[in-house]
Amino acid sequence: MSPSDAPILSLEKVTKTFPGVRALSEVSIDLYPGKVTALVGENGAGKSTVVKTLTGIYQPDGGEIRVDGVPVHFPTPQSAENAGVTAIHQETVLFDELSVAENIFLGHAPKGRSGLIDTHAMHQGAKEILDGLGAKIDPRAILKDLGTANKHLVAISRALSVDARVVIMDEPTAALSHAEIEELYELVDGLKAQGKAILFISHKFDEIFRIADNYTVFRDGQMVGDGAIADVTEAELVKMMVGRDVSQIFPERDRNLGAEVLNVTGYDHPTEFADIGFTLKRGEILGFYGLVGAGRSEFMQALFGTTKPSAGSVRVDGAEATIRSPADAVSHGIVYVPEDRGKQGAIVDLPIFQNVTLPSLKQTSRKGFLKMAEEFKLAREYTERLDLRAASLDTHVGSLSGGNQQKVVIAKWLATEPKVIILDEPTKGIDIGSKAAVHEFMAELAAQGLAVIMVSSEIPEIVGMSDRVIIMREGRIAAELSREDICPEVLVSHAAGITEATA
Amino acid sequence: MNTRSIPDRLQSPLERKLKSWESLLLLVAIGIFVANSFASPYFLNAWNLSDATFNFTEKAMIAFAMALLIISGEIDLSVASIIALASTAMGAAAQVGIGTEGLVLIGLATGLVCGAFNGVLVTALGLPSIVVTIGTMSLFRGISFIILGDQAYRGYPSDFAFFGQGYVWWVISFEFVLFAIIAVIYGVFLHMTNFGRTVYAIGNNPTGALFSGIRVGRVKFILFLLTGLMSGIAAICLTSRLGSTRPSIATGWELEIVTMVVLGGVNILGGSGSIPGVVIAAFVMGLVTFGLGLLNVPGIVMSIVIGGLLISVIALPRLWTMWSAR
Repeated sequence: MSPSDAPILSLEKVTKTFPGVRALSEVSIDLYPGKVTALVGENGAGKSTVVKTLTGIYQPDGGEIRVDGVPVHFPTPQSAENAGVTAIHQETVLFDELSVAENIFLGHAPKGRSGLIDTHAMHQGAKEILDGLGAKIDPRAILKDLGTANKHLVAISRALSVDARVVIMDEPTAALSHAEIEELYELVDGLKAQGKAILFISHKFDEIFRIADNYTVFRDGQMVGDGAIADVTEAELVKMMVGRDVSQIFPERDRNLGAEVLNVTGYDHPTEFADIGFTLKRGEILGFYGLVGAGRSEFMQALFGTTKPSAGSVRVDGAEATIRSPADAVSHGIVYVPEDRGKQGAIVDLPIFQNVTLPSLKQTSRKGFLKMAEEFKLAREYTERLDLRAASLDTHVGSLSGGNQQKVVIAKWLATEPKVIILDEPTKGIDIGSKAAVHEFMAELAAQGLAVIMVSSEIPEIVGMSDRVIIMREGRIAAELSREDICPEVLVSHAAGITEATA
Repeated sequence: MNTRSIPDRLQSPLERKLKSWESLLLLVAIGIFVANSFASPYFLNAWNLSDATFNFTEKAMIAFAMALLIISGEIDLSVASIIALASTAMGAAAQVGIGTEGLVLIGLATGLVCGAFNGVLVTALGLPSIVVTIGTMSLFRGISFIILGDQAYRGYPSDFAFFGQGYVWWVISFEFVLFAIIAVIYGVFLHMTNFGRTVYAIGNNPTGALFSGIRVGRVKFILFLLTGLMSGIAAICLTSRLGSTRPSIATGWELEIVTMVVLGGVNILGGSGSIPGVVIAAFVMGLVTFGLGLLNVPGIVMSIVIGGLLISVIALPRLWTMWSAR
């Protein structure tokens, strides 16, 4: 039979909404036997949501999933697996204390006549799959003893251990070396020859053009284009990914840059980043763009003192600053609004006012003794400036919406009257209305002379807010753009490492 | 855009106090007091009641520091062994004729050194406190056993007896006064100072506290130091009261102290709890053991009653929410 007659798996107008966010809006994808379909899009375009919908982790709110033209439901990951759909996830769930073979076959291990696991067959099967990947890993090894790349190979092996007709690969090469990527390409070619349909998600254009047959482009949860990879250029793909008018939704502001407030030179880390250096002026918004895993958050956390850099120096207002802990950073006027609000940003089981005053207790107390009235006063001042929506100042932060939690974290830092505020993905996962409020407020802060560093993976935000952008790739600064040179195509090209991009 | 004003509180502090765990526990304490006075004619006697306080004063002193430690998300199971080591150190010093002031200093210093040792292991090396202090629990008491074997130290100076046997006024013992003072100090420290606030923050979310610029390691180290110091103070009182030191002194106290803290409403997982709660819990445990003692109930049964009490007071609020949710 010829390989590409009818699609094995189809998504037909699938919609998925989360509170405040429409993650997928009537998207359709067809996966054909013996073909690799590349799914491309910015961070947050909805790619991972598609993967989770296809593997039974999320249930679509509308539309249909069809296998061989027959509508199906995947209420559980198991049911997707039974239908022949398997996935290598971006963040793989593996079990550190189990052996490699046990990880690969967990839930579907070969069983002997007694009904117990046939250990020998399991190790044999694991060895065959690993050999097929060219991975030199002992199936009996305990997972936690492996390095990141080998763990990833185990995750890939796990997906392949299911006799699947559809294989989904969500950024499978992110943790692999060059040689291992080559092995993976060969494996994908092998799967194609067996007539399997493959959905391949990657940020790296060289990979997409190397192995994909078809492409589908997502932007903001919508499908904006598809076709054969032979009919498209890199530049056209980039344009589809980012192409949209972004100018009018961001606040206009006067740009009055003041004196230099922050000067970072030669920041190094053994594994996460290298040779980071830049300056920052009062009233400036400096954007940090890059792909997930480019080392932006890791660098910011080193600047804030939660991880230790191996080398580098920081000057605040011209004076050398030694930052060994967040407490040091705060005392030098550098504050950090983390991406992970629930874990790092707020203390969700404490009341709003206590969250706000936590770093400012010295100001609201007398000789180390709390003064509640002062605390409420300070908390009220800053939360009202941010237009916080809450029933009362003694409600727990955990009961607020994502956007309002973010406001509490920002209020907490503004109350310390910082010089530099670092915002890490400040609008990630918050609703449109709160996004605009955060942007508005950022502009206001800069106008008041605060220096803002904004880490963002959202291109419109970077383009709309930044006075200057630093683009990081693989832990290094790939490019620095001044305001007039910032445009989506250039950002994506530098972040992905495309050299011959045309804008 | 109109500026909306967010109210400080929806519930008055008084209302919140009335609905708290501490209020419930206070009712339990009063109930036990009333039941005891009906059960035994000897209960409502000033001297008997005074004697009863010795059941909990020494343990409660440690329980206050332990409460702070547990609220911060850590625990110290070596406290009873610190008592043994501090008592042994004081006993050895007494044998060579060191006076009362010297003995007190040695007791306090031993407690501080042991607490610092726990604190360094937990905060500098990042080891889990439950494992560290199970280890030091054996280590500290082991040292006492090596020094003393099956012997005992006696012969403490006569004025040393005041700490455990002296009375300040009428039936009010020195230990009880010390307990009350320490309770007030810890209550103020936890509930009215910046330091206390950071203890709650750390217990609720250590990462979030660190990311809020709190020196988490330093705070935890201080809490281990305090727990060690309180164990030293308790060692002085207990040694003085018994007048002798054996290496088995205060065996099993660590669990009674943790029981007292948890009974007082401190979340064993950290993040919440109060000193008034621990004070009431100390009285509850003291009254139960004393009442059962008057009724000639054997010690084994007492521990069953204390265990049952702990489980039921912890389970009751959970059952209550399950029932009211239906």
